Amino acid sequence: MSDVKKFLYVNRKAPYGTIYALESLEVVLIGAAFEQDVALAFLDDGVFQLTKSQETDGIGCKNFSPTFRALGDYDVTRLYVERESLEERGLTEDDLQEIMYEDEDDDWAEKPSICVISRAEMADVMAEQDVILSF
Amino acid sequence: MEYTVDGKTIPADEEGYITNLSDWSPELAQVIAESEEIEMDDERWEVVNFLREYYEEYQIAPAVRVLIKAIKKKMGPEKGNNKYMYELFPYGPAKQACKIAGLPKPTGCV
Amino acid sequence: MSTLHTVNKSPYMTQSLVSCLNHCKEGDAVLMIEDGIYGGLAGGQMAPIVEEMGKKVSLYVLTPDMAARGVDSSRLLEGIEGVDYTGFVELVTKHDRTQAWL
Repeated sequence: MSDVKKFLYVNRKAPYGTIYALESLEVVLIGAAFEQDVALAFLDDGVFQLTKSQETDGIGCKNFSPTFRALGDYDVTRLYVERESLEERGLTEDDLQEIMYEDEDDDWAEKPSICVISRAEMADVMAEQDVILSF
Repeated sequence: MEYTVDGKTIPADEEGYITNLSDWSPELAQVIAESEEIEMDDERWEVVNFLREYYEEYQIAPAVRVLIKAIKKKMGPEKGNNKYMYELFPYGPAKQACKIAGLPKPTGCV
Repeated sequence: MSTLHTVNKSPYMTQSLVSCLNHCKEGDAVLMIEDGIYGGLAGGQMAPIVEEMGKKVSLYVLTPDMAARGVDSSRLLEGIEGVDYTGFVELVTKHDRTQAWL
């Protein structure tokens, strides 16, 4: 298919209080089959989705945080995280889990998928999309 | 649907995917494979074990395209290709092998 | 190239309107729908923020959602335009993309 569109999945909710975060991830995985140009954005409470050390046995929910590390296999290699949203919540990039992808065009070199950007840059990223899906 | 292993009943959904992932055992895998008319050999076990490891690490059953790519990377192009995988699991490597591996249906499969 | 943003929650309940306004570009439009229409009220704590943004983006409210909540257009901040469902569709077609702030 030559008609590749730019898709951005915008995540603004914390992981377990509502179903939004899990639903978003499932849609991303399903949508990856359509071979579009897909990126994810995390802002506001959405940044909590990427924190380290999530352990959900005690609340009877599936822990889907490891699944973010599989996104590279699905050719989803850009996860934009908003710096201001982290700071407002007392977080830094070190509080986020490491998510890497292997660059097929660069001898499978491991590269980080998470890209922390400013609010202004996030607005620029949003403004260059064909389709924005919000969760 | 359900399977019986050593006199024990293991519940599954209407398509044959087991309900509780913790019910899985190699013996159960044999029983599921038989119901799929698949004979388990080393090559098929290799794929099933790979899927279980993938699920353990990422908490998802990979889509077929992703599975084949990952197998290619780990075991080489002579195994990581559509033809080889569909010969092992004619009704779809992700679907059928996931069922035998005791995993949920891959996300995005209908 | 511009974006239509929709906001469907009251700014007195969630950050969605503020976050939306923080990510708007010059020439974008913001349409307040459902409980989002409360963001258009004059006299509330949010009013100065919304009023300021009105200089940069076009602000709209969905009139059936206002009527349902008993909010008369006289209660709205100056410069906010009411649209019906047809107007909503026209806004969608006028912009390059739509982004929902849930």
